[in-house]
Order: sequence, then structure tokens, then C-alpha cells
Amino acid sequence: MTTMTPVVLNKDSMIIAREQDVVPFRNRVKEHAVRIGMSLLNQTKLITGASELVRNMLKYGKGGIGMIEILSKGRDNGIRLIFADNGPGIPDIQKAMTDGFTTGKSMGLGLPGTKRLMNEFDIKSEVGKGTTITVIKWKNG
Amino acid sequence: MKNEAIKIFQKKKSNILEKWMTLQLQDEGLREDLISNEDLRIQSEELLSSFISTLSDANIEHVSIDDFEAVKDILSSISISRAKQGYSPRETGNFVLTLKEALLNTLSEEMKDPEALYKQSMFINKIMDNFAINTFETFIKGREDVIYRQTDEITQISTPVIRVWDGILALPIIGTLDSARTQVVMESLLQEIVETGSNIAILDISGVPAVDSLVAQHLIKTVAATRLMGAECIISGIRPEIAQTVVHLGIDLSQIITKSTLASALKTAFTILKLEVNKKQIVKHH
Ligand SMILES: Nc1ncnc2c1ncn2[C@@H]1O[C@H](COP(=O)(O)OP(=O)(O)OP(=O)(O)O)[C@@H](O)[C@H]1O
Ligand SMILES: [Mg+2]
Repeated sequence: MTTMTPVVLNKDSMIIAREQDVVPFRNRVKEHAVRIGMSLLNQTKLITGASELVRNMLKYGKGGIGMIEILSKGRDNGIRLIFADNGPGIPDIQKAMTDGFTTGKSMGLGLPGTKRLMNEFDIKSEVGKGTTITVIKWKNG
Repeated sequence: MKNEAIKIFQKKKSNILEKWMTLQLQDEGLREDLISNEDLRIQSEELLSSFISTLSDANIEHVSIDDFEAVKDILSSISISRAKQGYSPRETGNFVLTLKEALLNTLSEEMKDPEALYKQSMFINKIMDNFAINTFETFIKGREDVIYRQTDEITQISTPVIRVWDGILALPIIGTLDSARTQVVMESLLQEIVETGSNIAILDISGVPAVDSLVAQHLIKTVAATRLMGAECIISGIRPEIAQTVVHLGIDLSQIITKSTLASALKTAFTILKLEVNKKQIVKHH
């Protein structure tokens, strides 16, 4: 039972090309979270994390695609978000995941903070190719 | 020019225009309130002339859409202006589709050989369908521009600065505090501080759905700017789920006075201004 892989119940995606796409994407994530009955606290964590990753994609990755998947695993439901861009990639992932590290004169909290807000966090990046970040938030996680 | 269809189009140009106009005016959906027949004729004639003069033996057989840039430009500007004027997609699409009908109709009247007619009709179909797709794309883009403009307008109108007390300003923020919004909020806040000589500003974020690092940074900047003006800034309306999320993200708001409700922020403001609110004592006379 421990190695059970989640089943994808529903998929949705949106192209993220400009700042005006941030709020609609976040609203879409929220709609799905409400539909599966996610608690208000988890909803807030999820949309805040989504906001961080969408903004990174716009600021550093020249935009990309945001995917939303509704997951079912045993008795729990959850939401998986995948952010994929074809931007410059991240040369040192470990550094980027450190609190306070930024190349954009910002707070450097987006990546490490989002990891803390989610149940699962995976980052893959290749310089010159792009970055893909996958996160999961369980309804009762 | 050896292509028969091109020769026919050149010869029958005014005829095609008449046919096209008739078809356009027949459409029940056409809104005469939005465009006069005269303007419609001018638009149509411009497009038809450009189209016919662009046609060549080469591009009619191997539809090379790049050759039709000029035609597409005219079409795009028509679609965009129609989108902004409130035309329906149907009306806009019909503009191209009725031209296709007029062209095909003319070909079938003029060409005797069925095989050649079929071949030429296919070429015209392909070019016109391409234009139709282009029309829809630009039409939608025109509509999107309208939406973006409205978003900007909402940003402007939804940031009122309220004078809640002598020396105390309140700013309810509803929606997302993006960069453009922050600029508007900050400008109107700082201006009101100067105009009213207020010492305290309360930024109420009850209506902000999420506080991510960008929003937090904007809040911090607004507080810093307010302090530079010699006033204090209190942030109120921080809901419990927002407070927890902010802490997990790792954002430090400890340098800012934060309150859960506008009422408690107002109380703090009174304390800072050394004001006291008391229940009136009712003195009983014997
Ligand atoms: N999609 C991406 N493509 C390329 N580089 C990225 C991407 N996302 C993040 N980075 C890099 O990782 C760094 C850290 O990102 P993080 O979101 O943690 O901080 P930030 O965006 O700089 O600041 P904050 O999110 O606090 O405003 C960024 O400064 C940037 O260099
Ligand atoms: Mg970031």
C-alpha cells in the first residue's frame, strides 16, 4: 500500500504568457481545490505556491504552461500542478532552493517557500532547455 | 498571367464586388447601426483590390500565405476594429466567407471546363479558409485587448482612500496586489497623506485572496514609503490561513504593525494618536 501511485482523474492546462494570466490561473486552481473539498488553509497554501511558480515562470522562464491534475490516491484526493517552461534553466538548483537566493533582486523565497507549502515538490531543470516543477497538495495533507 | 481564375477576377472585379456586397447585406445578422453601407463598401473594395492584385500564377497554385501579408493586414485591422466595436464573431467571419462565396460563384459562371473549375475552386477555398482563420484569431485578440483595458480600469477605480478619522486613512484592497496595482495604491495613499496631513494609514487586505512573496514585497514597500512621509502604516485584515501561509513561505512581516481586523487596527491608531473612545456616562439626577 505504501507504493501506491495516484490516479489522475481530471486534467486542465493553461498557457502562461503574461502577468495578466497569473490571477486567472490561480482562480482555476482554486476552483479545482474547492471542487475536491480541500480545506481553506490548504487551498490558500496551494494557490500561494501556484502564484510563486507562475510568477517565476514569467519572470525567469519567458512564460510557459501550467497544468492542473486532480489526483486520487486511496482515500485522499489532491491536486498536482506542473509548471513547464523552455527558458534558460537553473544552473544550480541547490542554490536556487536556498532561502534568500535570488538573481532577480527579490526575496528569494519563491522556490524554498513553495516547497514548504506543498506535500510534494520536484524540480528538474536543464540549462538552455528549461525548467519543470511539479508539486502536489493533498486535500487532507 | 496565364492562370484563368486570375484573369476572370481581374475582368470581373466590379461584378464580384457587387455580388459580395449583396451577400453581405443579405445577412440578417449585419448591424447597420455599427457601420454604414458606404463604409462597408469602402472596406470591401479595399480588400478585394488588394487580394486580386496580390494573386499570381505562383501563389494561387501553391498557396503561399506569406504573399498575402498586405491582404491579411487589411483583414486584421478590420477584425480588430470590429471586435472593439462590439461586432459578433459571426458578423466578422461572414465578411470573409461571403467574399469566398462571391469569388467561387463568379468562377463557376465564367469557367466552362469542370475539371479546371474544380481545381481553381480548391485554390480559392484554401486561401479564403486561411483568411477566415486569421480573421477569427485577430478578432479574439481584439476582444482580449478590450478585457485587458477593462482590467486596467478596474485597477484604477477599486482603490479608494477613505478618511475614517481625523488623521487616519483607510485603504481597503480588494483583489490581487500586482505591480501595477501597487503603484496606484501607493500613489493615491501618499497623495492623500500629504493632502490630509494624516499620521496613520490602515491598509486592509481582507479582500486579497493570497499573499505571496510579490504581494508581501509590495506591502513592505508601501509601508516603507508611508514611513518616509512621516506617517505610520498598519496592515489589517490578515486572515488566519493567510498568516500561516506567509509564515511557511518565510516572509518576515515583524517590522510591520499587523492586525487581524480593521476594528483592531483602528483601536491601535487611536492609541498612537492618544485618542480615547468612551461610552457616554449617563448621570442620573435625583
Ligand atoms: N522557471 C525558472 N527558470 C529559470 N530560473 C528560475 C526559474 N525559477 C526560479 N529561477 C531562479 O531561481 C531563483 C530563486 O527563485 P525564487 O522564486 O526562490 O526567488 P525569486 O523569484 O528570486 O524571489 P521571490 O520569489 O522571493 O520574489 C531565481 O532568482 C532565479 O534565478
Ligand atoms: Mg520567485
